[in-house]
Amino acid sequence: MKLSELMVGDSATILEFTDQEMSVKLMEMGCLPGELVKLEQVAPLGDPIAITVAGYKLSLRINEAATILLKK
Amino acid sequence: MSEHLKVALIGNPNTGKSTLFNDLTGLNQKVGNFPGVTVDKKTGLVKLSNGQSAEIIDLPGIYSLYAKSKDEQIAFEVLYDRKGKLRPDLVVVVADASNLKRNLLLYTQVADLNIPVILVLNMIDVAEKNGLRIDVDRLAARLGIRVIPVNARENKGVNEVKLAIGEATKIATQVKTIEVEELAPALIDEISGSFETSSPYEALQLAHQHENLSSLTIEQSDFIESLEQKHAFHSANSQSKETIARYNFINDLLFDTVKQDESAKGETFSNKIDKVLTHRVFGLVIFVIILFLVFQSIFTFAEYPMSFIEKGFLSIEQWLSGVLPVGVFTNLLIDGVLAGLSGVLVFLPQIVILFFFIAILEDTGYMARVTFMMDKLMRKVGLNGKSVVPLISGVACAVPAIMATRTIESWKDRIITILVTPLMSCSARLPVYTLLISLVVPDQKILGFLSLQGLALLSMYLVGFFAAIGAAWIMKRIVRSRERGYFIMELPIYRMPRWSNIGLQLYEKARTFVIEAGKVIIAVSVILWVLSTYGPSDKMSTIDTHFETLAKVPGANIGLLEQEKGAQKLEASYAGILGKAIEPVIKPLGYDWKIGIALITSFAAREVFVGTMSTIYSVEGDGENIVSVRQKLATAINTETGLPVFSLATAISLMFFYAFAMQCASTIAVVYRETKSVKWPIIQLAYMTTLAYVASLIVYQVLK
Repeated sequence: MKLSELMVGDSATILEFTDQEMSVKLMEMGCLPGELVKLEQVAPLGDPIAITVAGYKLSLRINEAATILLKK
Repeated sequence: MSEHLKVALIGNPNTGKSTLFNDLTGLNQKVGNFPGVTVDKKTGLVKLSNGQSAEIIDLPGIYSLYAKSKDEQIAFEVLYDRKGKLRPDLVVVVADASNLKRNLLLYTQVADLNIPVILVLNMIDVAEKNGLRIDVDRLAARLGIRVIPVNARENKGVNEVKLAIGEATKIATQVKTIEVEELAPALIDEISGSFETSSPYEALQLAHQHENLSSLTIEQSDFIESLEQKHAFHSANSQSKETIARYNFINDLLFDTVKQDESAKGETFSNKIDKVLTHRVFGLVIFVIILFLVFQSIFTFAEYPMSFIEKGFLSIEQWLSGVLPVGVFTNLLIDGVLAGLSGVLVFLPQIVILFFFIAILEDTGYMARVTFMMDKLMRKVGLNGKSVVPLISGVACAVPAIMATRTIESWKDRIITILVTPLMSCSARLPVYTLLISLVVPDQKILGFLSLQGLALLSMYLVGFFAAIGAAWIMKRIVRSRERGYFIMELPIYRMPRWSNIGLQLYEKARTFVIEAGKVIIAVSVILWVLSTYGPSDKMSTIDTHFETLAKVPGANIGLLEQEKGAQKLEASYAGILGKAIEPVIKPLGYDWKIGIALITSFAAREVFVGTMSTIYSVEGDGENIVSVRQKLATAINTETGLPVFSLATAISLMFFYAFAMQCASTIAVVYRETKSVKWPIIQLAYMTTLAYVASLIVYQVLK
């Protein structure tokens, strides 16, 4: 499943990325394969979303989150 | 000792790097721009305990040496550029101790450049509160460098940082973090052979970033490009491999040096606040309430200092015209220079108050949430969550608002925000709106409590807002960019604001505004003064002699004569000639040449409109009294048609013109400064003038 499909409060582990250019930026911010992420909140208008990863809170747009594949 | 030790501060955003910089340098700092980009360059001197001093440069907050935006590239440029004056002898990496994993990525990159380095673990108090136990000595031993725990907010550990800077070695002592050569062995070899590099990693960074380095010539850059092709180098692939390797190193390191107390886990305080402040419903409601309070404060608190400044200038002008000899120079000083200066300073209170609130919202971490909540809405019209702050600031003044666009990383989003921000109704339009509304909108209440004039004013603000949104929506489709926009952004934890930090920021913003806006407005005011004072000499002297003879008549009302003379002279001046020359163009908008003069004189600053109208209709007392200006205008009759000049159609058409036209020399100057090109201010001036003309034309033709 994609990170964009996670429910608020749920956690999962990052498996891989579907967009290489984006993945470079995401990995720099600590979103690495094997890392546990938790969906913390969704913005009032439904986009972007905020996740906890590597001990801090990161916000990203839905289309960016959709490039992250998770294993559940 | 002319050569100081040069120290660069580098670190992720939100690590308290600037606070540490302030702690180290105090007020000994200079703010400028890095050459070629609009990134603030802060440098300062710090006295070390051994009696020496070091020059510290605060680099922009970045997550990685691989920059996401043009402005972020400056960090690697400074570290690489050997001819540059800023190249540091020592790098101090500032890391957030409560979030070491992500913060250490930048450390490992900097360390591999083989420049002497020190690691500062800032916000050590937050880390301890979160139950993190960091074995600092072990961390230092594993990295091979000095590691200093600091709480910059409370000034703890700052002296140790000074001590470490003083004792820093000229030779880098850090251990290599990853095997850089393995990423692209042949390429790194060839680049190291042709360029002066201090490490294999610097050679690799050249391969990634050569296109963006201004210290490389085009030939050098092309040469690196050809090497990349020869060795089939793939930048993104190499970056992913490198990042994964770096995180492996960091995970190993942290496993040995950091322990987490399980008892301290659980929902953090910051997360609980977020549940409310970004709540689906309450989040937006709270945001609107905060906005409302900010604007209430701007307009209510700013009133007193503003009228104080106005009155102050008035008394200085009166005093000067009393003591200085009558003549051209005195007039130039009073009506040109001082009038321009007061036009700038009168907006300072509003700007300081606005920035005070913005600084608090930013410092506490709330602004990141505003960006988070507004991103989707703003993106629909071609903007970005980070455009919200500039747009809102535009209601006070476009100059600081445009300066606030620096936080927008995407070049396209930033340009569009800059282009549309001046459409927001700034406070300089307020006197124009107030005068015109009081002329044509009856002072009545509808439904018993809604003031009709208030509604009209609100409508003008909405007109500006929707024009900005609409213009952005169109520009989104026109402006081309090959840059890809990201919204991968940290939401920092909520913290109390740091007042000394906010004070310093306010001082900087106020200074920039006065200098940037001041020099332009004064220059333009002087030009406009010349235009409205001088004219073809025969006509002007005829008026002079005419009024001299009139004044000799016994019982003549000298005051009244002076006003009439002023009005006639303005008509005969070059500004008057220009006003008449443009009459055919502005007639379809419902304006006569008198309004034409006001359009010309308010090119530098919109609020000049009121003053010019009062001169041209020879109002008593220099237009100080808005009631008397209004009475004069209300009774003004168009000599050709015999109808009132200020009909409903003309007044509304004029308000639309002032809503859309780019009549602000300071904004033009600041757009030039922020975009580093004449292209954008010209485009902005052209589109806004066209928009103003067309909108006013339609309004007048429909309403008349």
